[in-house]
Formats: sequence, C-alpha cells, structure tokens
Amino acid sequence: MESFTRITAIAAPLMRINIDTDQIVPGKELVRVRSEGYAASLFASWRYIGEREPNPEFILNIAPWNRAQILLADRNFGCGSSREAAPMALRAWGFRAVIAPSFGGIFYNNCFRNGLLPVELAIEDVEAIASLVMASNGSRQVSVDLDAGRVSAADRTWSFDVPATLREMLLKGLDQIDLTLSRMEQIARFRERDRQVRPWAYEVARVRA
Amino acid sequence: MTSLSGPKTFFEKVWEQHAIVGLGDDTDLLQIDRLFLHDLSGSAAIRKLEASGRRPDSNAQVFAVIDHLVSSRPGRGPDETGSRGGGELIRDMRRLSRDYGITFFDSNDALQGIVHVVSPELGIALPGVTLVCGDSHTCTVGGVGALAWGIGASECEHVLATQTLPQVRPKTMRVNLEGELQTGVYAKDIILFLIGVIGANGGIGYAVEFAGPVIRSMPVEGRMTICNMAVEFQAKYGFVPPDDVTLAYLRGRPYAPEGEAWERAVAHWRSLSTDPDAAFDREVTINCSQIEPQVTWGTSPQQVVGIGGRIPLPEEIGDAGARDMSQRALDYIQLQAGRPIAGVPIDFAYIGSCTNARLSDLRAAADVLRGRKVADGIQAVCVPGSESVRAAAEAEGLHTVFLEAGFEWHQAACAMCSSGAADRVGGKRVISTTNRNFEGRQGPGTRTHLASPATVAASAIAGAIADVRQLVG
Ligand code: SF4
Repeated sequence: MESFTRITAIAAPLMRINIDTDQIVPGKELVRVRSEGYAASLFASWRYIGEREPNPEFILNIAPWNRAQILLADRNFGCGSSREAAPMALRAWGFRAVIAPSFGGIFYNNCFRNGLLPVELAIEDVEAIASLVMASNGSRQVSVDLDAGRVSAADRTWSFDVPATLREMLLKGLDQIDLTLSRMEQIARFRERDRQVRPWAYEVARVRA
Repeated sequence: MTSLSGPKTFFEKVWEQHAIVGLGDDTDLLQIDRLFLHDLSGSAAIRKLEASGRRPDSNAQVFAVIDHLVSSRPGRGPDETGSRGGGELIRDMRRLSRDYGITFFDSNDALQGIVHVVSPELGIALPGVTLVCGDSHTCTVGGVGALAWGIGASECEHVLATQTLPQVRPKTMRVNLEGELQTGVYAKDIILFLIGVIGANGGIGYAVEFAGPVIRSMPVEGRMTICNMAVEFQAKYGFVPPDDVTLAYLRGRPYAPEGEAWERAVAHWRSLSTDPDAAFDREVTINCSQIEPQVTWGTSPQQVVGIGGRIPLPEEIGDAGARDMSQRALDYIQLQAGRPIAGVPIDFAYIGSCTNARLSDLRAAADVLRGRKVADGIQAVCVPGSESVRAAAEAEGLHTVFLEAGFEWHQAACAMCSSGAADRVGGKRVISTTNRNFEGRQGPGTRTHLASPATVAASAIAGAIADVRQLVG
C-alpha cells in the first residue's frame, strides 16, 4: 500500500458540485482501463473532444495545471458509483490529494486504499485556496500534511480531520487485510458467540449441489 | 456514540450486533454476513485475491452473479456482452467462483439477474444481516431490512479474505413518509421527490431508516425502489426495518431459513425494530399526498420536477453551486429553463434496472401499455430485473402486452442502465426507470430523464414526456 505523509504541489481548481464517479471515469471506459491504464480515462468525457483529442479548454490540459497533484472541488465529490477506477485514475494521473467540502462515502473509503488523501474543508476555505492559486496562475503551491492534519498556502493554514484508522493506514502504507488477519482469533471468538444467536447468518442453505 | 442501554434504533441494534471490535474514532471491525460479487467490480476483487495468493475466508457466505456486462439480447450466448465488451471478466468470474467454491449464478442460469434484484428474491438478503457488494446500489436490499451497502473493489477483497470490514459508524436519519399516494404516483416518485427536497448530498454520512404509514403499507418491492436510491442522496445505507410485510415476502424463498430455523430467525428479527423513544440524529418528514409523478430535467437526481411543473430558471435556484450546476446541466440536456417538463419529445424509452424492473414495476407499466402503441419513431425496450422476474411476467402474459405495444422484450441484465448498450442510446433523449441521469451514464451524450415505469410507459405512447394520470385512474 502506498503511504502519504505530506506534499507541496500545484493545486488545480475544478470548483463544481456533485462531480460524480461517472465523470471521473465514465462507464464506457471501465473495460478499457484494464488494457490502457487508468490515467488515460480520468475525466475522459471532459478532457477529450472527438477521437481523444485533448480539449484545450479543460483545466487539466492547460499548463501549469497539467502538473497538479492536488485537486480542489466543491461539495459531494465522488458521489455515484462505487467504481474504484475513480480514485485509481486520479492517482495514476498524478493526484495525491483532493480537497473538497464533502465526498461520496464509498469514494472516500476507496481513496485510502489507493494512496489518495481526501481532505474535507469548509467551502469558504476551499474557495480561498482556489482564489490564491488562480490569482498566482498556479505558481502559488499548496501543502497538505496528513501527519499534522493541516493544509497551508501562502501564509494561511487550515486544519482537517481524518478517522484515526484510515489516517494510520495511509500514513504507514499498511495493508488492512494483514491487519485484520492478525485479529483472526478474536474474530473466531466473536463468531462462536454470534453463531449461537444467529445461526442462519452463517449456515446458508445449499440450494445448489 | 449511543449509550449501551436505553432505546435504540434498528440501525444501532444491527450495527452493534456485528461489531467485533472497536478500532477507535467511531470505527468498528464488522462481521459481514453476505458478500455479493458481480462481473464488473467482483471480477476485479477476486482477481486481486487470486494475485495475493489468499483464499476466501467464508466461501459459503459469498455469492456471485453475471449482470453488468452480459448482453440482454434474447437468446444471448453465455459470454455475449453488450457494447463495451468485457467477456474476459465474465470468464474470470466463472472460473474463480468455481475454484473458490462460491455460489455462482451464471448468465444462462434460470436464477440469474441484476445482483440487487436476485439477492432478496432468493432470500440471500435477510433482515438484520450485513450484506455488501462492490456496487453503490447495494442499499436496495435494505428493502427487506438488511443492513446493506456498496463498497469498493479493495474493500471487496478485504471481505473475501476475512469476511469482515472496518467501517466508520454513520449518523442516523429517519425519513417519515406520511399522507396518502395519489393515483399514478409510485415509490419512484416518492424517492425522486425526496431527493429534490433534501438534495443529492443531503444524506452524506447518514444511515437512513424509511418509516411512516406510506412505508408500512407499501409492498417490499416498492420499499426496494426507495432504498435503491438512498445512495442518490449519498446515504450509503437505506433500509426499512422488517415487519409482517417483509416476513410474508421472504418466507419460502430458496435461501431463506426454513422450519424451526425460520421461527428462530423471525423472533430475532422482530426484536430489531426501532424502539419507540429511540432518537435519530436527523428526522425528515414528507407529506406524500402532495407528490405528483416526478421526472428529472438535468444531470443530477436532485434536478427533478413534478410532471405539471417546469424547469426552474437559474435565478430561482438559491444555492450558488446548484445554480452553476443547473446551467451546465441545461447545456448538456439541451432544454430551456422555464419550459414545462411535459411535452419534451423523447427518442427512447427504457424500463429496466435494479430500481424498477421487478414484477410489480412491469405490471404497472403493462397496465398503461395494454391496448396502446408506442409512438412512431420511438424505440422502447424492457429488460426484466432477473430471469425469475421474466419467467413470472411471461407466465401472466405481460411480455405479450409489451411486445404488442411495440416494446422489445429482453433477458435480464444491467443493460442500458450503465453504458451496456451505449451504441443504441448514444446522443439520444431517453426516459428511463433507472437511478442515474449523470452526463454520459447511459451512453456518450445520452440525455436521461428518470421516472417511474408508469410514466415511462405513458411517455413512450405519447412520444414525449407525459402525465400518466391522463391514461390511468
Ligand atoms: S441496474 Fe444499473 S444501477 Fe443497478 S446494479 Fe446494474 S448498472 Fe448498477
């Protein structure tokens, strides 16, 4: 698992609400990504015109934003489908963090297992960062520090929270499955008790031979 | 956190019963009772498991089905896909399900269908179980009182390897549905109306219990339509705690407990009801008597209006983000702000998906179509949610009603809900019983209007978005 502690990088503003996972990676790309890699599918319907010609008006096709590692967005980023291709494509393209007022719940969890940090800040704060980077045409870099729970740009800083287990996992690049497997004895004790109360949850009828 | 004693909600009882160990910061390691895999995300998860060299921890509690990629064409072959391909994913799912001893419903199985239609109709989804799937609409089966939610492919791999999952505990919300439904108004109209009221992000961080007299008198299939779209206002979890209606629905289903095991399960399920004085973090009440048939006009399910209404002008939208989104949505959907939604000409009518392709949905549409014809130049397709639904519909002659009206009648699959037939609907205006009207969701440039099966049927006949109340009641 890829870890994340802190980065300082260009932040690209894409200040729209409800950017759903169908926009991050369109459904028709989901089979294609397996052969061509995820980066090419990111924001495919906004990024390309015609037969995959770069759309010159889309921010991530314009320097210096094409080198951004932080994405700024409005509320409910990553709503919609559970497709893990969404955080994978953001990461493959080069993003390490997304800063937005809120995130789709499934997308939020998926980020941590793909080395991408979702940062929740109030809309006024995201807008303040977006204004700073726009005013400097991208030359004003933004820092995101997971260890300290802090975003900073120019002389301003903002604090953010991340649930402890997810934070730990990303900071150390831990494999969650290994962590859980190390608890198997405790899990077995739980199941022994639970099975007495809810046998039907464990003993599934074998309709098929 | 809630106290250990005192009144509790259904959600709190079920969550606490599944919490193996607290991991701090409101995160618990949960026991997972059922994992469902499908050919698109499930194949990714199971290939990751294979690559890691691990094996499933509890294969008896894992199920797999082919639905997303398989073609809905009548008489399809077992590996025949829709327009986006993916035959190798179907073959991987088949091979690894067999290798790992997972209960598998292949494309030519009489029990095959869309994962969220199949799991309750087979009694795999049960009240009070935790059920996860690599699919955001897993909340559908909250309609039978399961605690069910969508997860990513890595989380799926975690469940395969351990039959557990660490999750942050959500807050609780209750949506009280009061009043009485008008003729021509269905579960789909209620949930679209609700999303219009509380917004596409109104449920972020909540587990939502649907309650109130309208829910209590609603059959399980309608409850599933409502729970299906909980995720469209970003509640990962939506459910209706089990009652007599639920039990009557589940009894005798192939994978449901039987005999003494059933009696024991019922006693347990009855104890899960929300206690009378239990508190929710948020309560929302909707008077359903005021709801008319709903149709979306934009590219988010919150952009919805009653059939008698018109598309709002940007200046009528108070929130700046929503106003900006409405401008982009109108450019995409190619409609003028201020115009009535009724009368917008359509190219295509689609009845299908895990939202609205169960038997009651097909009956509601057939009631509108009987003795009528789809308008000239309109393509219309019905894809039953499962092969069992298709068989039941054919047994009562519904397929003849659809075919005589000019609908195509297909085999069960996700089909045109999510790019499965992008070649047919690309660039077209579609009225659809599905759950997402996002840009490009059904195909490149496809403009999707979400509505109930009855409204879709009425619109297919009119050739334009139509008020079903003029045809029924
Ligand atoms: S029918 Fe549509 S929403 Fe439902 S599971 Fe299939 S693709 Fe997803």
